[in-house]
Amino acid sequence: MAKKKFEEAVAQLEAIVEELESGDLPLDKAMKRFEEGVKLSKTCSETLDEAETRVRILTGETEEGLEDAPFEPLDQRGAE
Amino acid sequence: MERKEIYSVSSLTREIKGLLENRFPYVWIYGEISNLRIPSSGHCYFTLKDRNAQISGVIFRGQASRLKFRLEDGQTITGLGRVSLYEPRGTYQVIFEFMEPKGAGALQLAFEQLKRKLADEGLFDPEGKRPLPRFPRRIALVTSPTGAVVHDMLTVFRLRYPNVDLLVVPARVQGEPASSDIATALALLNRHMAVDLIIVARGGGSLEDLAPFNSERVARAIHQSVLPVISAVGHETDYTIADFTADMRAPTPTAAASLAVPEKKRLEEDVALLTVRLIRALGQRLEESRQRLNATSRRLVDPQKKIYDHRLRIDELTQRMARAIQRVVSGHQATLAWRFAQLSKTSPLLAVARGQQATDGLTRRLVFAMKQGQAQKRATLIRLEQNLKALSPQLVLDRGYSIVRDVKSGGVITRTSQVEIGSLLDVVLADGKLTAVVERKDDGKKEI
Repeated sequence: MAKKKFEEAVAQLEAIVEELESGDLPLDKAMKRFEEGVKLSKTCSETLDEAETRVRILTGETEEGLEDAPFEPLDQRGAE
Repeated sequence: MERKEIYSVSSLTREIKGLLENRFPYVWIYGEISNLRIPSSGHCYFTLKDRNAQISGVIFRGQASRLKFRLEDGQTITGLGRVSLYEPRGTYQVIFEFMEPKGAGALQLAFEQLKRKLADEGLFDPEGKRPLPRFPRRIALVTSPTGAVVHDMLTVFRLRYPNVDLLVVPARVQGEPASSDIATALALLNRHMAVDLIIVARGGGSLEDLAPFNSERVARAIHQSVLPVISAVGHETDYTIADFTADMRAPTPTAAASLAVPEKKRLEEDVALLTVRLIRALGQRLEESRQRLNATSRRLVDPQKKIYDHRLRIDELTQRMARAIQRVVSGHQATLAWRFAQLSKTSPLLAVARGQQATDGLTRRLVFAMKQGQAQKRATLIRLEQNLKALSPQLVLDRGYSIVRDVKSGGVITRTSQVEIGSLLDVVLADGKLTAVVERKDDGKKEI
């Protein structure tokens, strides 16, 4: 899932940045890591751009798992 | 029973006051209100009674105004207050800080008891709290699907972090079945691990309204949940057992939504910042490498310069060497000159010269001496020649003498015995010779 990727991508990006900032990497590795970092940065931005909250409501439980359906609160300001 | 001390009314009252107030600083008490009086001060005075006893009570205006119900005669309440003695009247009373209507007292008691029990069991221990996921991808909202709570939460999610999927899990949040609904929902979600975060939410309410969230069943369901749970019950100040048990307590449902997800704007900033750091770090890394390369090439790649350096160094060394040698040589020269001077003074050439001179002198003397010697010898020789001439046989022959020689042997005959009769003899005279034959010999008679 895209969100999972985002978490991993940010963590990887952080790791790469810290690695690069530490200055311990040989140059060719640093270049390689940089390319990876740029890709990750792009992935992160895209992931953030793409999403639209999907809201489902639980409708039941089967052998395979949970069943759900699209959800919009009907009563937006009603009393409980 | 004699007592040495005699109390004044005041001192005894003061001592009683001290005993009472120290013994009962705060107490929960319940009873029925009667004889309620509310003078213009706004403070409420009443008598709290049960079947066998009664006690004066007061709740001051400030506290009274915060009560969620209206005090009435005949009402049974539970309240929290401290026992106080009013010295001018010698009466004691309970000064209430907080009061709840009938039933609530029991609930409060039950709440406190359950809270203590679960705390003792370790359900509230901080070590048991699961961390919330930093980027939840799917969140379950265990709440009523109708009403403002779920709507408000959805709004917050959409504004704050649209990158999350939400699963509304309908549950009654009020009344008898609520505990069961909530516990079942939690168990169901955990069974399927359908989400990575659960929010249990409802709006605020009275202690009775919140009863499900103070139930042991819900507390245990929350505690057993492997998935992290945020409790979001009531408005700000109401703490429930669920709040204590949950991994995170949010004061309101919308606050829970904010706690659950990061702010997208912040994330975008974070990503942008990371990207900037990434680029800067590489830039720095490159710059360092470039500098190192430059430094290295400066040191390594110019043998020409190295050679030039060496050449300079050799020149310098050569000059230094020359100077050094010169110093040594001139030192030796000086020594040599000195020695030469020294030596010259004792030179054998001087002796030779002197010897030469001596030799010359001697030679001259020798030549002179030799010349002189020759003259003398020559004179002597002449004299000797004359002497010799005088002795010559010619002269003898001239004077008439002759020399007789045997013809055969050539020998000079001086004795008669040397010749035989008939022998041929040469007779040498002054002007020549005669050959003669011996005819006779006469020994011993001479006729000169």
